[in-house]
Amino acid sequence: MLEIRWHGRGGQGAVTAAEILATAVINEGRYAQAFAAFGPERRGAPVLAFTRISDSEILLRSQIYEPDVIVVLDKNLCTMEGVSDGLKHGGTVVLNTNAPPESFVSTFPQASRIATVNATKIAIEIIGSPITNTAILGALVKVTGIAKMGTLEDIFNERFKAYAEKNVNTARRAYGETTIMERDV
Amino acid sequence: MKKVGLSGNYAIAYAVKMADVDVIAAYPITPQTTIVEKLSEFVANGELDADYINVESEHSAMSACVGASMTGARVFTATSSQGLAFMHEVLFMASALRTPMVMANVNRALSAPLNIWNDHADAMAERDAGWIQLWVSSAQEAYDTTLMAFKLSEETRLPVMVNLDGYILSHTYEPVELIAEETVREYIPSKPLVNRLSPKTAFSVGVVGPPEYYFEMKYQAIDAIERSRMSISKITADFNRSFGRSYDDVYAYGMEDAEYALLTMGSMTGSARVVAEELRKEGLKAGVVSIRTFRPFPVERLIKKVDGLKGLGVMDRASTPGGPSNPLFSDIATCLYGLKDRPILQSFVSGLGGRDISLDNFRTMFKATKEAADAKAPKPCMYVGLRE
Repeated sequence: MLEIRWHGRGGQGAVTAAEILATAVINEGRYAQAFAAFGPERRGAPVLAFTRISDSEILLRSQIYEPDVIVVLDKNLCTMEGVSDGLKHGGTVVLNTNAPPESFVSTFPQASRIATVNATKIAIEIIGSPITNTAILGALVKVTGIAKMGTLEDIFNERFKAYAEKNVNTARRAYGETTIMERDV
Repeated sequence: MKKVGLSGNYAIAYAVKMADVDVIAAYPITPQTTIVEKLSEFVANGELDADYINVESEHSAMSACVGASMTGARVFTATSSQGLAFMHEVLFMASALRTPMVMANVNRALSAPLNIWNDHADAMAERDAGWIQLWVSSAQEAYDTTLMAFKLSEETRLPVMVNLDGYILSHTYEPVELIAEETVREYIPSKPLVNRLSPKTAFSVGVVGPPEYYFEMKYQAIDAIERSRMSISKITADFNRSFGRSYDDVYAYGMEDAEYALLTMGSMTGSARVVAEELRKEGLKAGVVSIRTFRPFPVERLIKKVDGLKGLGVMDRASTPGGPSNPLFSDIATCLYGLKDRPILQSFVSGLGGRDISLDNFRTMFKATKEAADAKAPKPCMYVGLRE
């Protein structure tokens, strides 16, 4: 079982990213759940979403308290109070930032892998707006190999219609530009 | 068959579309909204040939459904919480007038304080409305049960409520195997138009039933839901056979040799099973019993499933303030009262207003159930997960 927690702000597509990843895993024949911490929804407010992935049927219905992976879609949330809460020892972190992975060791001391990508820059240049979810999905796939890029791209094509190609290019570029740091913890 | 990623709400919307309903009357309310949103999309883009009636309240939604059902239409609506409460008086009419219809109730707490998250208070408050109440524990089950519900409703001429936990099921994306639309149409062909209202066959319904008649008419509705047990068993068995599923009125996990078990309803069942399996590895003979058919209550089946248990913890996700116990617990105690050998019952209330029921909470409940059984002395209702 692999559990992922997504941090973003309303409008960046964290909930959509959690769903797309789950859909990709399901399309590849495995099991997944995607859900969000729902509340009063408003653009710009911090949001949390979750994805659970397994090779067998998932019976668990409780929330995720100790994720294996933390993904942050907003550069100002990368060092937010509580962002590393519950991350498993030896866990993985994927961050949208222009800073190098080394600068986040103190925020995520328990992480054995820290990956960074400037998702905001890539999204603005290709899509034309700072919606960072497809860029960060590209980075997450590079770091974890949890789904195939091709599977994600098929879902983008189905889901984003007129914006499909731009999102495919965004994810591919983010995949290429992701910096990964591994460390012993 | 290939599985797709769908939320519980979308799974229900697909079932309703494939069932080829004629009339949908609904008023949006969180967390139900995405069901009727999706259905209105199907109607608008021509994928579903149905009348979508936008009403100004849930009271009107249920009234429109009763009227539409009288004309012989296949009818669907969905609601949650305050919406269901607002339908209250019309729910009793729907069952007593014997109007077939299917309603998805996406379980949500009742105000105050205002809360959009899950518990079972909404459905429990309508326990006595004469509706068949089915409860599901996954998006797949939500889809399958909605299909079965149309068949069941039209065969018994009783309204059927399909309950699914708000957010935990309604908004969680997970694998769902959709049946081919043509196969569903064969499974539930168009609704037979029997003894229904039309401009040519006008008659009055819902007129005064004075003391000389009311009792007998009410009894017919009571008898109908009693007799619906046969239809439920038959329809479920037939569905299982046709589509390779294993649904039942009561589910039992690890109950062949269990000594201590939790009784659940809805989405909490999965987590309870996970904890029961962990406890089994630690040497405790733990099991889980889950109720799918809350009304009519599967009395005989439940008695069989709990035979030989030492302790049974009953988990209510709702409460009966000031009552002798909570809704599910009362039913279980009633079922077991006449038995000579019966398990010690421990009552729990958990997860109100969307409070997560964590794996630790389930462990606490298994442990308390064992303690109550071993001491042959249950404690008063325990509120698990409540901050003190």
